[in-house]
Amino acid sequence: MAMEPKTLFDKIWDAHAVREESGAPTILYIDRHLAYEATSPQAFEGLRLAGRSVRQPNATFTTLDHNVPTRTRRVEDIVDQSSAQMIATMERNAEQYKLNFFGFSDPRQGIVHVIGPELGITLPGMTVVCGDSHTSTHGALGAFAMGIGTSEVEHVLATQCLLQKRPRTMEVRIEGTLPPGVYAKDVALAFMAKYGTAIGTGYVIEFTGSVPRALSLEGRMTLCNLSIEAGARAGMVAPDERTIEYVRGRPFAPQGEEFERAAQYWLLLRTDPGASYDKSIELRVDNLAPQVTWGTNPGLGTDVTGVVPDPAQAGDTNTRKAWERALAYMDLKPGTKITDIHPDTVFIGSCTNSRIEDLREAARYAKGRKVAPGVMAIIVPGSTTVKRQAEEEGLSDIFREAGFEWRHSGCSMCLAMNGDQLAPGERCASTSNRNFEGGKARVAARIWLARQWQRQPRLRVISWIFAPGRSVISLRYQRCYKLFKEAVCPGSNYL
Amino acid sequence: MEPFITLEAIVAPLDRENVNTDDITPVRYLKSIRRTGFGPALFANWRYLDNQGTPNPDFLLNQPRYQGAQILLSRANFGAGSSREHAPWALLEYGFRCIIAPSFADIFYNNCFNNGILPLTLENSEVDALFNEVQATEGYRLKVDLPSQTVSTPSGRNFVFHLDTFKKESLLKGLDNIGWTLQYADAIARYEDRRRQETPWVFINRS
Repeated sequence: MAMEPKTLFDKIWDAHAVREESGAPTILYIDRHLAYEATSPQAFEGLRLAGRSVRQPNATFTTLDHNVPTRTRRVEDIVDQSSAQMIATMERNAEQYKLNFFGFSDPRQGIVHVIGPELGITLPGMTVVCGDSHTSTHGALGAFAMGIGTSEVEHVLATQCLLQKRPRTMEVRIEGTLPPGVYAKDVALAFMAKYGTAIGTGYVIEFTGSVPRALSLEGRMTLCNLSIEAGARAGMVAPDERTIEYVRGRPFAPQGEEFERAAQYWLLLRTDPGASYDKSIELRVDNLAPQVTWGTNPGLGTDVTGVVPDPAQAGDTNTRKAWERALAYMDLKPGTKITDIHPDTVFIGSCTNSRIEDLREAARYAKGRKVAPGVMAIIVPGSTTVKRQAEEEGLSDIFREAGFEWRHSGCSMCLAMNGDQLAPGERCASTSNRNFEGGKARVAARIWLARQWQRQPRLRVISWIFAPGRSVISLRYQRCYKLFKEAVCPGSNYL
Repeated sequence: MEPFITLEAIVAPLDRENVNTDDITPVRYLKSIRRTGFGPALFANWRYLDNQGTPNPDFLLNQPRYQGAQILLSRANFGAGSSREHAPWALLEYGFRCIIAPSFADIFYNNCFNNGILPLTLENSEVDALFNEVQATEGYRLKVDLPSQTVSTPSGRNFVFHLDTFKKESLLKGLDNIGWTLQYADAIARYEDRRRQETPWVFINRS
């Protein structure tokens, strides 16, 4: 019997549909659930109120990333009482429900989307969810991975399933050869500069063509990470030999004969010849320049050799108004050369660009150069494992010599929940994934994305900008944290 | 969850595209382990002039004509960005039960239904017409009728909207999705047994 050709997405969906009936959503089985302290407390609270239990504790992996301090790994340096409360609540919930937990001092701690692939927790062919939009990252392995809300986190905890309507599929075929110094991030930003930040709404994107094939798994993670910024439900790249070699030997991946059997299965997941997508787009990248965003959404970007555009030349009224607002927020004038914009802060980190390959590239540019006076430059590795590896490879020494601060892993400035944040009105050159408004000149973040910092001949640094009054704050919150922890999880030995 | 059947209410027009969840609930207000208390955070970056909460008189929610609004009218790609459910929690706590826009970001769209909020899509031209009317008429109200899937204007124009049947039923009844899925616990268990045979590496065995 001839099998109907299927896409990668169709194969994974069909393998996870527990129940499909017309007029009702599909009950989709979830293989891996990742959770962290910021979006899960209300889900566990909901479980408790309803008297429900966690169906598959082994399938949920939890860690601490959004609120952890990065200057030190000391509990007393947690920025405030609210962060401490979220962290303590995660510990308590992981303990009560017997979930896998990589806490403060665990060598496996890190950003959920870095540690999932790194530890072999997330694997090809899986369905993966997390209460964080950048869960799309795990699609790089050839998994169907998506961000969900807190109500859905509760749903997954209670049932190990989600109710889903089958999304449409979009092929984004990326052809050509990336010029030197141009990376996966540039491809994603160029894609959004051309097609906007809503092109993917309602779709799961499969990235095909010579460019994704030639990318390392970590490059594919960057590409898939940014698929949510284009509005997509998920982004994926089909598993190939590179994928198999990446997964081999990782701690939670299958081992020995079982691995070989799994690898055979994973290689069959690629889209069949003749399978059709609901939509197809092609992007050529032969002459792509490094990309920088100048505005307040990831689609407002241009070549590093370009200039800030003039709203008068926007295609329609809504676009013109959006550009005008973005330029007012960023305090930029049309026609300014991108290379003439000077950052106050440089942030290398986040689930987009904080893996070992990113740090190796950054170190290549930083070696023998100095961060110029007046700029704070920080490197925040994506996981404790990445940090250790970078130190073993001598990358941390290169960064320190260049004048960067070498931090502990976490989400840091990307979310700015942990105290790592910009001063009002500052501009930041950031490798993270969003450049949204952060509150005018108050908790302001003028963030523009990508790697303009690498093009600066003078990279600079100043001392820690949050130093004044810091020790007083730390001591106060240390006390609050201890009080809270003793109240809610007496005897916990996670810290 | 409170059922949603019909709503007749004042409309607040937020004339921006790509309103993201960080615009709706800025990150500095998220540091809570509760589901409630986010009402004051709603649109905080635009709504207040400073960290003390001094109202920004230019922002629509601070204008007398939009007080009591329960329907929010906005532009394309509403709810983009972070998956935070704090955004619908804040909208609901402020009093919004319905959001009208030409399109919504996927995660936000789903989150709304899990909180009894109706995110309703209309054509661009229809949204344009509503913006013109609401801006021209003080005290402008719309009537939203979920059973018939229509939005009615004061002048008697009706716009039809579309949504998934299951989502519609859930809103009408205020259904608990988890309870619905748990009816099929046996099917889930059978599925797990089969997958343990076919792809055993998916299941982690811990002592």
